[in-house]
Amino acid sequence: MKEGFLKIQNVSKSFNDIQALKNVSLEIKKSELFSLLGSSGCGKSTLLRIIAGFEKPDSGRIYLDGEDITDLPPYNRPLNIMFQSYALFPHLNVFKNISFGLKEDRLDTNTINQRTDEILKLLELDGLENRKIDELSGGQQQRVALARCLVKKPKLLLLDEPLAALDKKLRIQTQFELVNLQYRLGITFIIVTHDQEEAMSLSDRMAIMQDGNVLQIGNPVEIYEKPNNEYIAKFIGTANIFKLEKNPNNNESYFSPDLNIQIQTKNILDKSQCLIRPEKIKIKKNEIKENTQEINKCFGIVKEVAYLGSYTKYLIQSNNCNFYVFHANNSISEKLNIKWDDEVECSWDHGAIYLL
Amino acid sequence: MIDGFKNFKFWYVFSPYFWLVLFFFIPLAIILKISLSVSEWGMPPYKKLFSLNEATGSFDLNITFSNYAFIFSDSYYFQSYLNSISLAFTSTLICLIIGYPIAFYVAKSKPKIRNLFLVLLVIPFWTSFLLRVYAWKVLLQGNGLINNILINLNLIDEPLSMMYNHYSVILGVVYTYLPFMILPLYGFLVKFDLRLIEASHDLGVRPIKTFFKIILPLSIPGIIAGSMLVFIPVVGEFVIPELLGGSDKLYFGKMIFDEFFVNRDWPIASALAMSGILFLAIPIMVFQLAYQKYGLKNE
Repeated sequence: MKEGFLKIQNVSKSFNDIQALKNVSLEIKKSELFSLLGSSGCGKSTLLRIIAGFEKPDSGRIYLDGEDITDLPPYNRPLNIMFQSYALFPHLNVFKNISFGLKEDRLDTNTINQRTDEILKLLELDGLENRKIDELSGGQQQRVALARCLVKKPKLLLLDEPLAALDKKLRIQTQFELVNLQYRLGITFIIVTHDQEEAMSLSDRMAIMQDGNVLQIGNPVEIYEKPNNEYIAKFIGTANIFKLEKNPNNNESYFSPDLNIQIQTKNILDKSQCLIRPEKIKIKKNEIKENTQEINKCFGIVKEVAYLGSYTKYLIQSNNCNFYVFHANNSISEKLNIKWDDEVECSWDHGAIYLL
Repeated sequence: MIDGFKNFKFWYVFSPYFWLVLFFFIPLAIILKISLSVSEWGMPPYKKLFSLNEATGSFDLNITFSNYAFIFSDSYYFQSYLNSISLAFTSTLICLIIGYPIAFYVAKSKPKIRNLFLVLLVIPFWTSFLLRVYAWKVLLQGNGLINNILINLNLIDEPLSMMYNHYSVILGVVYTYLPFMILPLYGFLVKFDLRLIEASHDLGVRPIKTFFKIILPLSIPGIIAGSMLVFIPVVGEFVIPELLGGSDKLYFGKMIFDEFFVNRDWPIASALAMSGILFLAIPIMVFQLAYQKYGLKNE
C-alpha cells in the first residue's frame, strides 16, 4: 500500500470569482518528500490549507491513508502543518509550545514530558525549554515550530515555505537537516515553496503549479531534463528554447531557423520548439574561420561573460537569436580565454536536444 | 532659519508636556491647594493658604489636614466610595462580557462590515450623552414605554418599577460605556494573528479550548485597556446615578457634587476628589507598571 498515501481528487476552490485551484488531482506516496512549487498566486498555499483543513474545497475529495478527510475539521486530522511565520504561541515557553498539542491526546504527564524531551534532543533544543519565543533566534524558532508538529507523530507533515524566513547560509544547512530528519522519521512531508533550488534539492518528487493547475509531477531530474512545456523549462533553471520548422525538402526532417538543429523523425511532430540546457552546450574559441554548415554546431559572438566561480556564464548571439552557455570551470589549466565580442564555436550532442 | 527650526523642534518635543502641565498638573495642584485650606463664607469659599496679617505684619499659614481627617472619620464617605467601586466593577465586568464577543466578531469580519460596525458604534456619540441617559428614563419609568407596552399586552397589571435603583444605574452605565470597552478591544483583536488559532486547531485543540488557552491569554492587554477606560470614569460617575439612580445607594461622584454645590464646602469636596485619586489612580498606576515589567513575561 505504498501508492497514494495522500490522494487529492479533482479539488477545485474559488475565492470571489478567482479560481485558486482548478480540478487538481495528486497522489503522494508514503514517506515521500513532496514539493509543491510555483510562483506566488499559483494556488500551492491554498492546496496546503485545504489539506490541513483550514479551507473547504468547492468540489473534490481528499483521502489520507485510505480515509476520506475532506469533511474533518483541522483538529481531527492526523496531520500537522508548520506555518511560514511559525505561529508559535508568544505567551508560552519552548517546552509548553512543544507539548501544547500532546495535552490533547489524553496522555499522562510522564509520557508528555518524555516525548517532549525526546523531540527537544532530536532538534537540538535541549537547554532552551524555559525560553520565551521572542528570546530565540530565527533558526531556533524554526526548529521549535518543527518540534511542535513532530512531537504529535503526524501521518503527514505540511510545511509552508519552511526555510523562507532564514538567511541564506542557515537555509542551506537547514535544508540538509530537514531531508535527514524526514529520512530518519519516515514521515511524509509536503513542502510548499517558491524557490526552485530548494524544491530541487529537497524533494523526492515535486509538482509544478501555475494558475491553479498542476503542470507536471515528477522527480527533480525529470522536471529539469524533460519539462512538459516552455513555462516549466524556463521556471526551473535557465533554458535555451528554439523554434522548429518543417524542412521544405524533406517531410521527415525538421530544422530550427535560428540554429543548425536538424531532427529526423518517422512520426509527425506535434512539437514546435526544442530545449537545450546551457550546460549541455560546448564552447570554444573559433580560431579557424571555417563557416561550414554542420549539424549541431553554430558560430556566434559573445555578448556577456560572467565568471561565477564554479562555472562561467556566456551569452551568445548567433544569427538573430541569443542563448546561454554555462561552462564548468573544471581545471585551472584549461584556459578558454573567451572575452566579450569574441567569435566562438558552440556545439552539442544530438541527445541534448529536448523537444517541447 | 536654523534658529527657527530649533524653535520648532523645541515645541515639537515639548508641546505635549506643555499641555499636560496646563490641563493636568495645574488643575490638580489647584484642587490639592483647596483641599488643604480652611473653608469660610465668601467667594471663593475658602481661606488663602498664605496670607499677610495686616495687624501683626506677619505671614499666616492656613494649611490644614482637617478636611482629610473629617472624611476619613465619617464612614458615610467611605461607604459611597465602596458603592462606586462596586458599581464600576460590576459594570466593567458586564461591559467585558458583552463587549468581548462583539469586538472579536467585528475584528474577524471583512473590512466592509468592520467599517460599517465602527460607524454604528460611534453614531450614539452624535447625540448628547445627557439625552441618551434621559431616553432610558423615558423607556423605564412607571408610565414609560416598556411598562405601557407590557400593560397593553396584558402581561402585567401594574407598572414594574425599573427605575431609581441600583440596577437602572448599572444599565445606564453599561449602555454608556460599552463603546469604550469595545473600541480598545477591537483595536487589539484586529491585530491578532489568526495563524495562532489555526496552529492550535491543527495541534488537535478544539475551538472552545483554543479560546481559553490561546485567544484569551493573548488578549489580556486589550482587556486591561478596555477595562481601565470603563472602570476609572465610572468610579467618579455622577450624571447617570443622579438621573437613573434612587436613594438606595450613594455614589462617590454624587458626594463630591453635593459638597461642592449643595454644601458649598470646597475644601471637603477637593479632599474627597484627592483621596479618590489616591485610592484609585495610584494602585492602577502601580498595577500598570508591574504588568508592563513582569506581566507579559511570566505567564
